[in-house]
Amino acid sequence: MMTTEFLVPVLILGLLICCAMCLYRIANGPTAADRMVAIDILGTVVVGFVAIITAITGKAYLLDVALVWALVSFAGTLALAKYLVGKRLNE
Amino acid sequence: MNETIGLILITIGVLFDLLGCIGLVRLPDVYNRIQASTKCVVLGTTLSLLGAMVWLGTAAVFVKGALCILFLLITSATAAHALARAAHRSGVSLADESVVDRYEEDLTNGDINEEAAQ
Repeated sequence: MMTTEFLVPVLILGLLICCAMCLYRIANGPTAADRMVAIDILGTVVVGFVAIITAITGKAYLLDVALVWALVSFAGTLALAKYLVGKRLNE
Repeated sequence: MNETIGLILITIGVLFDLLGCIGLVRLPDVYNRIQASTKCVVLGTTLSLLGAMVWLGTAAVFVKGALCILFLLITSATAAHALARAAHRSGVSLADESVVDRYEEDLTNGDINEEAAQ
């Protein structure tokens, strides 16, 4: 379909812009907490990326990647949050 | 027909993702960024997964996508809550425009006992 061929690159470009904004916040977030939030959001955006790639290619097994990515990202964020509690990382 | 509906859902999801990431870049302090970006990006990713499910429409995609949406809705809210609590306890200050800090008030009034919760 004509619309699909036009729209899919635009959608991928939009998600790439999302990743760029998250990387901007990781690069110069003022505190460590800002960087952790940006890493968490980047993981969620990647799950959306995998969903789009699944829809384009029609391969169902790619959704396993999204599932594992979401769980590992969650575990990593919880570990980092536990590490941050009680530390003085204000600067 | 399936492809059109799926494409519309994915487009709305990517728009939500973009809005959440703009919030991540533009807002003044950690707590505002957590609030804006987590809600918008989780909703956007959920809509993208829903779009992929509708587009393909096979049983495998449907089960895996539903499982992924369930995990995402549970885990990202928990992670954002843990991050906000960790940031507050490690002394990240609020933005200058902030009006109220209920968590700090509760800590000083002794309504919640943090050492017992550890």
